Amino acid sequence: MTGTLLEVSDIATAYGNIEALKGVNLSAADGDITCLLGPNGAGKTTLMMTVAGILKPRRGSITLRGEEIAGRAPRHIVERGIALVPENRLVFPDMAVEENLRAGAFARNDAAGVDQDVEAMFDRFPVLRERSTQNAGTLSGGEQQMLAISRALMARPKLLLMDEPSLGLAPLIVEDIFRIIRELNEDGTTIFLVEQNAHMALQVADHFYLIEQGRVVFDGNPGEMEEEEVIKRAYLGAEV
Amino acid sequence: MIVDFVQNTLDGIFVGSSYSLLAIGFTLIFGVMRRLNLSYGPSIMLGIFAGTLLHVEFEAGLLAVAAATLAGAVLAGLYVERVCFWAIRRGAALASMVSTFAIWMQLEEIVTVVFPERTYPFPPLAEFVLEHGELFVRGDHLIMFVCAAAITVLLHLFLYRTRFGLALRAVSRNPAAAAFVGINTGLVLFAAFALASAIGGVAGYLIAAADQQITPYFGLWATFKGLIAMTLGGMGSIPGAIAGGLLLGIIEAHSGWYLGTEYRDLTSYGVLFAFLVFRPGGLFAQRQTMRSQLAERRV
Repeated sequence: MTGTLLEVSDIATAYGNIEALKGVNLSAADGDITCLLGPNGAGKTTLMMTVAGILKPRRGSITLRGEEIAGRAPRHIVERGIALVPENRLVFPDMAVEENLRAGAFARNDAAGVDQDVEAMFDRFPVLRERSTQNAGTLSGGEQQMLAISRALMARPKLLLMDEPSLGLAPLIVEDIFRIIRELNEDGTTIFLVEQNAHMALQVADHFYLIEQGRVVFDGNPGEMEEEEVIKRAYLGAEV
Repeated sequence: MIVDFVQNTLDGIFVGSSYSLLAIGFTLIFGVMRRLNLSYGPSIMLGIFAGTLLHVEFEAGLLAVAAATLAGAVLAGLYVERVCFWAIRRGAALASMVSTFAIWMQLEEIVTVVFPERTYPFPPLAEFVLEHGELFVRGDHLIMFVCAAAITVLLHLFLYRTRFGLALRAVSRNPAAAAFVGINTGLVLFAAFALASAIGGVAGYLIAAADQQITPYFGLWATFKGLIAMTLGGMGSIPGAIAGGLLLGIIEAHSGWYLGTEYRDLTSYGVLFAFLVFRPGGLFAQRQTMRSQLAERRV
């Protein structure tokens, strides 16, 4: 049986007068991969930033296993167990690969555990071990994405937020990234994934939401909607 | 001839090492805030006057004067951080810069009210001179250089070997990314300011002890020297700040000797102008910027 890990209710977030999220409701079940699909400008990244605490919502509530986290500082949210793999990866380009990993564990205080986890990340992604002393900016896009994922995992999150991990990557690398996502999930990490690549996302999702213009407009399991319809709406919205 | 040239270069390097310290303070703050702190020099000046106060009124020893200078500079620096950066952190970068100008005027006024005479004495640190053949080096300049080198090494170890240094570099590179890995960015900025002010306090103490006097215009002087040295080296780069400070010192020493002291500042502003036109990124920043831009574009 699966309980609810993340519950987002009636979240509204605005940039000045422009309301990017107009009362979003969704949830992520423990152990699942939950996907949020939608066109550019629908509010996907805004929702990720709000859950991670970078943006403060105007109203609404976000709970992690029942504990309210809406509006808390990002570091509190990391400590509670939510880590973000941001859009465009945002690794620290002029810091070494290993330093990037250690930065990801900043909210933790167990030095021995951190050392162990750095090794675990190197075991999972051997290419990162090969380049451990190289600056992250010298890595390829796919390697940077692996680093961004490992950096987030270094916080030992209960919930991993991933914002468009396939963005700007070659198709073969995208396959790799989604294989990694599935493996992480099989190892017990709950994943909340924002994507525009609906085709790939539907292959891994247990449950998915469609978002348009700041509102969730559909919520169901893959198979409940024709894939072509999902893809159309993920890229273009409903009115086509 | 050759002896003059070597002597000038030596003098330039020794004086330039204090410019390097000022530029490191500037560049640390600029690196993490992406905002300019014009009040950096004046807050150091306030610290030096705190040291002078102990010296003139209480005839305190060297150590007490040095401690007062350092503490005064750090407190003034943190005051600037709270008022000009923390309070308006969501405003435009320009708002912070203009407010640091206002605080500069305020600090200068406070000092002129409390210390109505223009010039005050400051206790010397060392008055020996080292000679080697025709060359000589002032003892206090040598101490200045050694301190600058030691601070540079310590700062490097701090930035690259400690957890806090890691956090500071992460915040300076990408504040948003630093926030969502769980770094308390507000605390890091505050601590960076304290660190920069402490370095400024050391630089201020060494310069005032070498000059053996202090005026309220020290703030203007220190801000100018630090800003020029930082710009020559490349804004936000610590190796750049060191190179820029030494370069400025050497330019000043040579132009003062060969052209006359009245042309010294004219020459250094001329070099600054030439840099802004032909190499606006400074000695170090250009390449770094290009490399990280490439990295961010990489797919």
